Amino acid sequence: MRMIGWLGLAALAFILGGAAQAETIKIGVVLPFSGANADLGHQIDKAFDLYVKLHADDIAPHKVELIKRDEGPPTGAQAKTVATELITNDKVRLLAGFVFSPSAIALAPVVTQAKIPMVIANAGTAWITNLSPYIVRLSFSMWHPAFPMGAFTYDKIGCKTAAMAFTDFPPGKDSTEAFKTGFEKAGGKIVDAIPMGSPVQVPDFTPFFQKIKDEKPDCMYVFIPSGAHAAGVMKAYGELGMRKAGIKLIGPMDLIPDNKLQDMGDAAIGTIVMGHYAVDLDSAQNKALNEEWHKAYGKDSYPDFMSAAGWDTMHAIFDAIKKLNGNMSDGAKVVDAMKGWSADGPRGRVMIDPATRDIVQDEHAMEVYRKPDGKLGERILGTTKAVKDECKELKVGRCGS
Amino acid sequence: MPHFAIVAVSILFDGLAYAMFLFITSVGLSITMGLMGFVNLAHGAFAMAGGYLVVTLTRTLGVGFVPSLVIAALVVGAVSVVFERVLYRRLYKSTDLEQVLLTIGLAFMAIATATFLYGPIPKSVPLPDWLQGDVNLGFRYFPSYRAFLIVLGAALIAVLWYAFERTNIGAKIRAAVDNRRMAESVGINVDRLFTLTFAVGSGLAALGGGLAIQLLGLSPSFAVLYLVLFLIVVAVGGLGSLKGTLLAALVLGVFDTAGKYLLADAGGFFIYAVTVAVLLIKPAGFYGRE
Amino acid sequence: MAASNTTVQAAHEIARKRAAECLLERHRFGWAEALPWLLAVTAFFVFPDRMTFGSQVLVMVMFALSLDLILGYAGIVTLGHAAFFGVGAYTVGLAAARLQWTEPISGLFAAAIAAAIVGFITGWFLLRYRGLTLLMLTLATAIMLQETGNLRSDISGGYDGLPGLTFKPLLGVFDYDLYGHTYYLYALAVLAVVFFFVRRIVYSPFGQALTGIRENVLRMHAIGSPVHWRLVMVYTIAAAIAGVAGALFTQTNAYVTLTVFDFDNSAKVMVMLILGGTGRLYGAFVGATVYMVLEDYFSKLSPTFWQFGIGLVLVLAVLFAPRGLLGLLERAGQYFTEKKRS
Repeated sequence: MRMIGWLGLAALAFILGGAAQAETIKIGVVLPFSGANADLGHQIDKAFDLYVKLHADDIAPHKVELIKRDEGPPTGAQAKTVATELITNDKVRLLAGFVFSPSAIALAPVVTQAKIPMVIANAGTAWITNLSPYIVRLSFSMWHPAFPMGAFTYDKIGCKTAAMAFTDFPPGKDSTEAFKTGFEKAGGKIVDAIPMGSPVQVPDFTPFFQKIKDEKPDCMYVFIPSGAHAAGVMKAYGELGMRKAGIKLIGPMDLIPDNKLQDMGDAAIGTIVMGHYAVDLDSAQNKALNEEWHKAYGKDSYPDFMSAAGWDTMHAIFDAIKKLNGNMSDGAKVVDAMKGWSADGPRGRVMIDPATRDIVQDEHAMEVYRKPDGKLGERILGTTKAVKDECKELKVGRCGS
Repeated sequence: MPHFAIVAVSILFDGLAYAMFLFITSVGLSITMGLMGFVNLAHGAFAMAGGYLVVTLTRTLGVGFVPSLVIAALVVGAVSVVFERVLYRRLYKSTDLEQVLLTIGLAFMAIATATFLYGPIPKSVPLPDWLQGDVNLGFRYFPSYRAFLIVLGAALIAVLWYAFERTNIGAKIRAAVDNRRMAESVGINVDRLFTLTFAVGSGLAALGGGLAIQLLGLSPSFAVLYLVLFLIVVAVGGLGSLKGTLLAALVLGVFDTAGKYLLADAGGFFIYAVTVAVLLIKPAGFYGRE
Repeated sequence: MAASNTTVQAAHEIARKRAAECLLERHRFGWAEALPWLLAVTAFFVFPDRMTFGSQVLVMVMFALSLDLILGYAGIVTLGHAAFFGVGAYTVGLAAARLQWTEPISGLFAAAIAAAIVGFITGWFLLRYRGLTLLMLTLATAIMLQETGNLRSDISGGYDGLPGLTFKPLLGVFDYDLYGHTYYLYALAVLAVVFFFVRRIVYSPFGQALTGIRENVLRMHAIGSPVHWRLVMVYTIAAAIAGVAGALFTQTNAYVTLTVFDFDNSAKVMVMLILGGTGRLYGAFVGATVYMVLEDYFSKLSPTFWQFGIGLVLVLAVLFAPRGLLGLLERAGQYFTEKKRS
């Protein structure tokens, strides 16, 4: 009798203990907090912080602890050192963030060896997810917006010819290649592809755009890195009167970052981009995000596609925590928990493709227009649903390995 | 007008506007390095400070763009005197390397301060209506802002030239650049002269920074991102020479624009190839002294 | 007459012996020289979790050491030293990625040779210039190398670089591990070998000639010293060592991108060296270590504003330690020995 009593008590204690065993899950956040691209890091960081604050109760009794480190410049070396130490010293269970592709690329062998999941909130080189089975991407690949844009440009916008101008580094090459593949498949003709210098400094865009203006294509596809370049592009486009000359400006969302759109003025009106997020996107989640964002960060601060990706990253991580009941010690199980994850986020319906661990999301073609209240906004012209990364689907170049 | 002529004029016009920006921002560095041999790598930070002041004046205080440029130049010029007296003065006799270390340290501090005060997101300025839009010259439209840059640059060149060549102070500066000891021995107070030129140079850098916002954008990294560019202009032009800085700015500005237009694939090369070519033939720059 | 002759001869003998002793004396290792090496080995045991970082510090120490040869000893100021670092880094990277050549130690030699060739060619042309001219020429060279790499990004991988490089285990036995232990000791061993080599050069008559060139080049010309060849020689050697540092960088990171050629890299290593103290070999150790540790510390303290801390340290260093941190240590040492005497 007593034995059963003791066993009973022990079992009870065990159950209670197990249930009450609250985990603090350490997450290593690697983002550029300083340097030329700090604004990108901060946009994602703010989204991380906001989600964690608002949804802390979702994973109770477990808690999440964010340990933040500067990703450094886009050389990969600092990110690698910093993230390796997060794993070995701070004993994080997951890594999240990564604005620059070189950082994620450098880290791939490390996370494979350490069996720690790496959840990417930005880095867009298509074949990154192939580098390690522990990489999950919540943001996008260059092909997500660019490939469908090619077909949309020919079919819906009606441009028969297009010129491409891009910053001369791998994302620029990837994006224009993706656009070209989609555009030519639909029947269009690319008249020129102009590299516009290195991503480090914002160049004077005028000579490049002037050349395109002389070539008179129907559309001009411009790819620039997120951040400071967008304003320069819009200024040059406006100053040269290219819209008047009949050349439409198209590109990915980096062309009209939400936090700079208002400054761009009339020159931006009529720009058509394909992207997975806009501040004006009409969904309950997005409205909620904007409301909470303004409450937390002021009315002059806006979330953008990177913030949306950051938000969904935390969402996916939190859902994995819930699914595994706080037990994040097996990296492979965590990745498995995230495969096939889907939810309604600020971008709309998003899913993690179990085959590639990359994001599947809707791409919207959006046009900039002036809203009745005087502010600039984006209206949706069309949506391509559930877009996968075509680079891996078509096995183009490095994506095929 | 035949096509190639239009292209040529476009390149010249765009290149000229870019060159004016280079000249205005770099001339101060050239004169101070030529006059006192002081390597001031914080020059870019002064330009950045000017830019951010213009942002605050126009956005927060509602001052017009052009008056903001003037105010920013004056304020930064005045503040630079403080830096000169308190810090730089101690290192006139020091080695180049120490000056490098000091000014790089100051530049880093400036970047962090700008990030703290303004955040890392790049800023823009509201331009008055007459600076937006374009100017119609018959065969081509030219952006008004760039036309403004060219006119402003030309005016400044005229003023500086007059000051340098026709005034007493200008003569004293030229004398001190040529031979400092001689100048001191004939009673020229070189120290005070240097404070003056440093203030003017920094003020001009601030002006350049304010003008750059529309051209290149402004973010806290501005201080070091374009420093190499200014150093190149100064080296190619020759230390301490107004003419030299102008010629270098023109050559580099036009070649860079032409390169980007005609051979975008190799666009980055041009400005460095020109630099190497000039320096191999004339190591002291166009108008530097051997 | 004969007596005074022998006296003169004897005096000559004594003088020559003294000069020889003097030179030999320097070659002997003082006990204080063991300190940095002891510290490096101690770090291995005291901070076993920070060895990835430690390897990067050692790489920078070697890079700074190579710069000291030309900046501190020969007095050549350049802003393009990253070019050689980059050549070395890419030699190893391309060999591993394109030629499947993954043996690490031979990779170091290949990198040294490649960098030395580039150093020899550029040095021969550019070392006729000085001052701002040389600064700009070396800077332009490094950037043009980078642009060439970007032009052929199909080979170089562009700014996304050559990922996932794997290297054969060292000497067939020691393999890379997550904690970076193997590579730290490897880097330390290579640094020791390189340092020994550099030290021999610096204290040799060749090294003396370099100091002569730095101090008074006109006089060196006047006494018929082959100045240009000496400079090209030391530039080549420095380039080779920078190349080895670059090679180690690629091996410890298993990754290389075009950013190794960045102006930032050249400027950073120069700042580290000046901070530590030029022309005294160990300045490279002190400067690189202090800078990297401070950068790491400040960056953890404030990921956004850490540059302020570093900037402040640099400014203070110039104002209060004009001959570098090593100079400060030397003065402290002198102060204490004087106190002892009095």
